[in-house]
Amino acid sequence: MNIVDFHILLPEILVLAMAALVLVIGLFSGRKQSSISYTLSQISLLISVVFVWNQIGMPTLYALHNMFILDAATTLSKLMILICAIFSLAYAKPFFNENPEKTHDYCLLFLFSVSGMMMLVSSNHLIPMYLSLELLSLPLYALVTIQRTGMNAEAGMKYFAMGAFASALLLYGISLVYGATASLSLSTIANSLQLLQTQYSTMALIGLVFIVAGLAFKFGAAPFHQWSPDIYQGAPTPVITLLGSAPKIAVLIMAIRLFSQSFVTFAAHWQMIWIAVAIASMALGNIAAIIQNNLRRMLAYSSIAHMGYMLLGFVTQTPGGNAAALFYVFAYALMTLAGFGALIVASNQGFEVENIEDLRGLNSRSPWIAFMILIVMFSLAGIPPSVGFFAKVGVLEAVMSVHMTWLAVLALIFAIIGCYYYIRVVKAMYFEPVEDASPLYSSWGGKVILSLNSLIILLLGIFPSSLIDLCRAVYFS
Amino acid sequence: MTYALYILLFPLFAGSLVGIFGKPLRALPSQLLTTLGVAISFILSAILFYQFIFLNHAPINQVLYSWAVADQLHLNIGFMIDRLSVMMALVVTFVSLLVHIYSFGYMYDDPSKQRFFSYISLFTFMMLALIFANNFLLLFFGWEGVGLMSYLLIGFWFQKDSANAASMKAFLVNRIADFLFLVGIAGVFAYTHSLEFSQAFIAAPSLAQTSITLFGHPASVLTVLCLLIFCGAMGKSAQMPLHVWLPESMEGPTPISALIHAATMVTAGIYLVARLSPMYQLSPTALSVVMIIGATSALFMGILGLVQTDIKRVVAYSTLSQLGYMMAGAGASAYAASIFHLFTHACFKALLFLAAGSVIIALHHEQDMRKMGGLARKLPITYITFLCGALALIALPPTSGFYSKDSIIDAVQQLNAVGSSYTYWCLTLGVFITALYTFRCFFLVFHTPTRVDDPAHVHETSSTMWIPLIILAIPSLALGYLLFKPLIIDSPSWFGNSIVANHAALQTAAAMALDSLSHLPFWLMLAGVFTAWLCYVRFPKLPTWFATRLSLIYIVLVDKYGFDRLNDFVFVKGTRKLSQFFFAIVDVKVIDEGAVHGSGKLIAYLSQWARKLQSGYLYQYVLVMILGLLVLLFWQI
Repeated sequence: MNIVDFHILLPEILVLAMAALVLVIGLFSGRKQSSISYTLSQISLLISVVFVWNQIGMPTLYALHNMFILDAATTLSKLMILICAIFSLAYAKPFFNENPEKTHDYCLLFLFSVSGMMMLVSSNHLIPMYLSLELLSLPLYALVTIQRTGMNAEAGMKYFAMGAFASALLLYGISLVYGATASLSLSTIANSLQLLQTQYSTMALIGLVFIVAGLAFKFGAAPFHQWSPDIYQGAPTPVITLLGSAPKIAVLIMAIRLFSQSFVTFAAHWQMIWIAVAIASMALGNIAAIIQNNLRRMLAYSSIAHMGYMLLGFVTQTPGGNAAALFYVFAYALMTLAGFGALIVASNQGFEVENIEDLRGLNSRSPWIAFMILIVMFSLAGIPPSVGFFAKVGVLEAVMSVHMTWLAVLALIFAIIGCYYYIRVVKAMYFEPVEDASPLYSSWGGKVILSLNSLIILLLGIFPSSLIDLCRAVYFS
Repeated sequence: MTYALYILLFPLFAGSLVGIFGKPLRALPSQLLTTLGVAISFILSAILFYQFIFLNHAPINQVLYSWAVADQLHLNIGFMIDRLSVMMALVVTFVSLLVHIYSFGYMYDDPSKQRFFSYISLFTFMMLALIFANNFLLLFFGWEGVGLMSYLLIGFWFQKDSANAASMKAFLVNRIADFLFLVGIAGVFAYTHSLEFSQAFIAAPSLAQTSITLFGHPASVLTVLCLLIFCGAMGKSAQMPLHVWLPESMEGPTPISALIHAATMVTAGIYLVARLSPMYQLSPTALSVVMIIGATSALFMGILGLVQTDIKRVVAYSTLSQLGYMMAGAGASAYAASIFHLFTHACFKALLFLAAGSVIIALHHEQDMRKMGGLARKLPITYITFLCGALALIALPPTSGFYSKDSIIDAVQQLNAVGSSYTYWCLTLGVFITALYTFRCFFLVFHTPTRVDDPAHVHETSSTMWIPLIILAIPSLALGYLLFKPLIIDSPSWFGNSIVANHAALQTAAAMALDSLSHLPFWLMLAGVFTAWLCYVRFPKLPTWFATRLSLIYIVLVDKYGFDRLNDFVFVKGTRKLSQFFFAIVDVKVIDEGAVHGSGKLIAYLSQWARKLQSGYLYQYVLVMILGLLVLLFWQI
């Protein structure tokens, strides 16, 4: 590795190195100084932000024999991933206070997973792609089971088993593509696919379908979604703030790179497949969410639906559509962080927010938190002026621009159905009476983080153009 | 530019802060905070005023930021800062500041002060947004914003049914007007592909030539657009027949009546016509309509003031009448005179309302003039200041009302357009009526034997209430003299290019106004005052005699020409019937049972089904995945 490569890989190296450091410190420090690893992890993420920030505006660079790429898309998405990670870790602070003995493990796994996401974003080759996807996922399986109690263990087990199955599908798909094209590098696959004979072409196509299945699992898109409600319900809430947000960004970047670069030959095929996946996700997510009383399950189905909307931008195969999908996933990551973050902040000792009924009369107990949740719910429902509105407008506009009006109409219908369950939460908070109207006390730290998060959502809804322009700059060059 | 931004942001910030954190903030800090916000706005407006008027700063027309872009539709937030908007902002912040101060006293025993102060601060913000807008979008935002705040403030005492009904009425009437206004804006966009004022002004001459067919008649596009936009102005400025909400709006607290329903919001319509004067100027038809509607309102709404017994309603009808004067002035192309009257009216009408409020508070929320009388000695400051306002309202030279109102009347007299002589007579007779109802109210409240239940307990109100009265009394008397020359006579006037000025006509008007002692309006005004004295002080039996002899006219007047009855009969009942049909057939049967419950049931059913899919068993999940994979495989290959 020469010095140029080192420079390009700096943010990832830093996160990994810090993870190693946390590992060592965790071994040698007592259980009482659990906050050290938390602080260290936050610092490492912040420094990594600075490093990534310095990479803004660089020309497209390659490292490690073209396996690693650095371009506008990677820089922007890494920034967003790191921001999500910082928020997520901050939301985990109450968890650390309650379970100090878990802090080291948590931070360690957390950092490994984040570094996996960052590498996935930059992979330009199927092998690093697969490896970083595993690096992303394995720590998450462990994080889900971190408390080793009944619900956690069940969720973690399911997640692990299904995740393993999905990676097997992905790997099998990769091997088929390799068998057909004899190449694993994203740029060379595209060339070889064009020159393929028919029987090899079918083989590559089968491989493509398997890869789609593997990635759809990571998105949590239907029909590969069924892990998500169970895991969202069973896992510790702070873990979901990570699991539900940043990986989706990383996988989307990967998918756009993979499909629009390598599988251009099969554009018509994968477009239809992803459209089917998107419609199934929007329909299933929105419809199944309606009946849920458990907030986490509701948000899980909501995430399935949102992945469907995000995919709408991606399937248009236009730069504008990709930019819209990118904006959507950023917006969604912020919203899901705030959604689960609000659950953490609204819960306190002896009172765990699990079901929608638990939020009843929240407005009279803690108007500020209720207002923050209101913003998040409105944003998830896509009501202006919140970022969720502009995210939806963006993908719908992209779909309209390629004249798939039917798809846009379908998406709108499901969006309207979806409003029901978001607004139900708002109704519970503001209009339903509560038996125990004692004020809700929650820590200032959590409140500040939640407010920051929600206000970003609101602010991006009022000034969306800044982020939209950034996303467009990535794909219009 | 930055000043203008801060002028807007301070009331917004203070208003929202108090609105959100009002409870923990307590009443007094909330009041001080909002008042401070408006005070800063006022100072900044004064600085802007100085820069633009005296230092000749060039007009600024700038887009602050682009909210959203969709094809040709640019939704921009932009400011137009020129002499007109700067002067308007100064008046608005001035009155708003005084009303804030006055409300300290007026709302003293009200439990929800924070809400009140937050509303009036936010109202100030919306009004300023309306004033500084450089495009129809921001204008409409402010327009709806002031409408919303007006609705909230009329219904401020939401425990009272009448207040709720009044706020709903105001909202609905404005909705009709704003709908037509919105159609007008859409029309402007359709023809100019832009929402900017400047683009509309550039396109105006060609639009005047373009004609479209409307209900089988050819019409100039510009005229249609101007009339549609004027419908919005009619609603907000309460011109006949959309005036019905303003008298009812008196259900709100009196400071609100002063701020919103006298000095600022209701004059937005006049401001709009003046702001769009380059468009109106090119459409004689639209101008004539504006003028005739204004004149009709001026006279006939004034007459209604004669039979009111509620002190606030008298002032409210007087506002309707004065708004008619302004509208007529604008319709006569005398925009400068019209805006001039707007300024003076803002001062003296706010003064009259606040003084009336002071009387009401002194009498413990008694508004009926039949239970007042002889208050001159009890409330000396209120008495004097009310007198100042009344003199300005009846346009006694040399009070401010005289200069502005006579400028309008004389400008109309000079004019030779469709309906100008009708307008002239309406406005001239209106002077007599104005004097009559003003002094009827004045005598009934302050002179004549007292009819107060408990006269011993009546005493002057607190200083936060009478200080604004005195501050407003000064411009009510002197503003006309000060502004007459720079606004009307000078060329170029203080308005510069911000409105289309018709100098030749105005200057003759000005010359006439100066020797107005020998003119009809002056003597009519004196006759009005004399009649009032005769009827209500000298021979108090006279009005009753008239009422019985001319009972038909009296009933018509008390019935407010039957507008409410007509609305009730045609619109309310008609709409109810129609609604009943839609409710029984379309809503209950088709929408509720079919679409809503049907789709709801369908989705609930699907939802149940989807839930069953989620069994919790790992092997089933994997099965679904494999099935999904297989479907995709066989579909694609």
